[in-house]
Amino acid sequence: MAALGYNLQLVNLLAALLLLIAFAMLSQRRIVGLITLFAWQGAALSLSTAIVGWSTGQPHLYWSAGLTLALKVIAMPWFFYRLVRKLDVDRDVEPMINIPTTMLIGIALVIFAFNLALPISQMSGTVTRSTLGIAMATVLLAFLMMITRSKAIPQVIGFLSMENGLFFAATSATYGMPMVVELGVALDVLVGVFVLGIFFFQIRETFDSLDLKHMEKLKER
Amino acid sequence: MEIYWVLGIPLTGGIFLALWGNRGNAPEINAGFSFLTLVAAAILTARIVAGGPMVVGGEGYFFIDSFNVFLVALTAFVAFTTSLFSRPYMRIEKEHGRLTDKRLRLYHASYQVFIAAMLLALTTNNMGILWVSMEAATLATVLLVSLYRTPASLEAAWKYFILCGVGIAQALFGTILLYFAAEKVLGAGGSALLWTHLNAVKTQLEPTVLQLAFVFLLVGYGTKVGLAPLHNWLPDAHAEGPTPVSAVLSGLLLNVALYAVMRSKVLVDGALGNDMAGSLMMGFGLLSVVVAAFLIKRQTDVKRMFAYSSIEHMGLVTFAFGMGGPVASFAGLLHMTMHSLTKSAIFFAVGHATQHAGTQLMDGIRGLIRTNPTIGWGLMLGTIAILGVPPFGVFASEFLIITTAMHEHPWATPLLLTALGVAFASIFGKVQPMVFGETEATRLPHQPALAPVFMHLGLVLMLGLFIPPYLAAWYRQAAQLLGG
Repeated sequence: MAALGYNLQLVNLLAALLLLIAFAMLSQRRIVGLITLFAWQGAALSLSTAIVGWSTGQPHLYWSAGLTLALKVIAMPWFFYRLVRKLDVDRDVEPMINIPTTMLIGIALVIFAFNLALPISQMSGTVTRSTLGIAMATVLLAFLMMITRSKAIPQVIGFLSMENGLFFAATSATYGMPMVVELGVALDVLVGVFVLGIFFFQIRETFDSLDLKHMEKLKER
Repeated sequence: MEIYWVLGIPLTGGIFLALWGNRGNAPEINAGFSFLTLVAAAILTARIVAGGPMVVGGEGYFFIDSFNVFLVALTAFVAFTTSLFSRPYMRIEKEHGRLTDKRLRLYHASYQVFIAAMLLALTTNNMGILWVSMEAATLATVLLVSLYRTPASLEAAWKYFILCGVGIAQALFGTILLYFAAEKVLGAGGSALLWTHLNAVKTQLEPTVLQLAFVFLLVGYGTKVGLAPLHNWLPDAHAEGPTPVSAVLSGLLLNVALYAVMRSKVLVDGALGNDMAGSLMMGFGLLSVVVAAFLIKRQTDVKRMFAYSSIEHMGLVTFAFGMGGPVASFAGLLHMTMHSLTKSAIFFAVGHATQHAGTQLMDGIRGLIRTNPTIGWGLMLGTIAILGVPPFGVFASEFLIITTAMHEHPWATPLLLTALGVAFASIFGKVQPMVFGETEATRLPHQPALAPVFMHLGLVLMLGLFIPPYLAAWYRQAAQLLGG
């Protein structure tokens, strides 16, 4: 049980890291910095999944951790770095709301997430249930990032970071989803990023920029 | 066994067309694969009608009952007729220089993959795989919406991707919560997300968790159904994509998303024992009907207008399913069928009309009855059918929905009737000059491929006049599965 105690501490530490990175992403101005942070978030998620799997004897979580490592720490950041270099878009990104305000909204969101998660985590039988609040906070912060950024790549990273939060929620509430579902989700994410890669080139070709401010023509008048 | 054919044929088609889609006869190959899928779906349907629900494969990876086999048949049918329509349509688009061979290859391959993803979503027994295939269906169509590469189409595709992506992420969270509740009763592992297993123990599932799960699932899949206020992506994606894509998005994808909501609703109803899920669906449905009806009035783009009409009709179906009970569920299923058939027929006719006029603006399309009577009548009859004029089938289903509403929720009736009235006045008022107005345009040089339009409208007419007894029994069975 003592070993479990240490592992639990470690998982909690990684959960805190996950949340910190989510905040750091909110305040990050450069796209390359954002990608690096995203890779770190993936690494924290992967490591914590592996630790939970090891300490609770759930071998399928190793697969999940490996998948996260391969996709979200190695493949996607590499792909995004390349994309940024190819499209030459690494300039400062000015968020639509200034950063201190965003941070304050973020703090409010975290409090809200913890309240929302409380009833569920009380029902959960897993040792990691206390981290469910953090998982939900990560999801909401990623959502906030998607709203406040006007460039295409930060929005997509926000989307993927939301997926990180959801996976963390699945691990902490239920020790992960069934294997076949996790594989399916991973496949979707992979295909999605690939489709987006093509899509970025199309946007760039047509608008000469990846700024979504150009895309405000379609609305009800 | 048939189920593997139903899923395998479109998937093979997708791969085949991705590799060899540059050939001149790719449109025919596309139609051929769609036809084979239809045959397989018909055999599967016959089997289910004769032998009742079945669970296939391993621990039960696929589950087919009267409810989803009816949607499988509908999906395969509309996918086939759309592929027939798209054959000449896309050729002409290419001649006009709006598309290249490369993009046509992408179009054909994605089309087949899209159909495969929808069929997988309908037949899978696993709520997680249901999510995966819904997302796959979105991804397959993102690049189709932006096929023309115009700024507007790229914007529409981006909106489609991001809004549906965020929506579907909510649904993933809902699925996680569902698994969380299921794991306590069924134990961990793959079988805890199988719908048949969940359905067997639904009364033991933790109500609070399921309540929360349903809210997330409804918001998530509801985004794809196009329920207001989550409908923003829908008109853009329908208006800016190529017309065959608008037809399948409107006629099929929305149904499949609603199917996902209904599967979740059955579980939640069992766990909660009250009609929380039904009330939520009624609220969203009613809001969609009203919002869409008033937005139709302001549209100038013909495809956009009919996209809003899709929101209105999906809202009506959602409202009917929300009311529950045998009559309303029956009417909802009937309306789903009628809407799919009629709306895709309208998009086919509109496709030819806009192609000829060179614009999607309704002011630019006039006097279709002179330039080409077939298109003119197709559009007029389709419009009359979708507006619920008897003797078309939409009238029958709308009549059933509204009379049930009068009986059970009288407060909703004035809202529904007003919305339907506004939609009627605005759509009819806009389509009438398009068909009968004065024009100087020349006659259409080629014969339009409108057999699918009249095929669909003929079916809608037939179902309005007379529903064959076996079909009625089948609908009733499906309605019963929905808790009616």
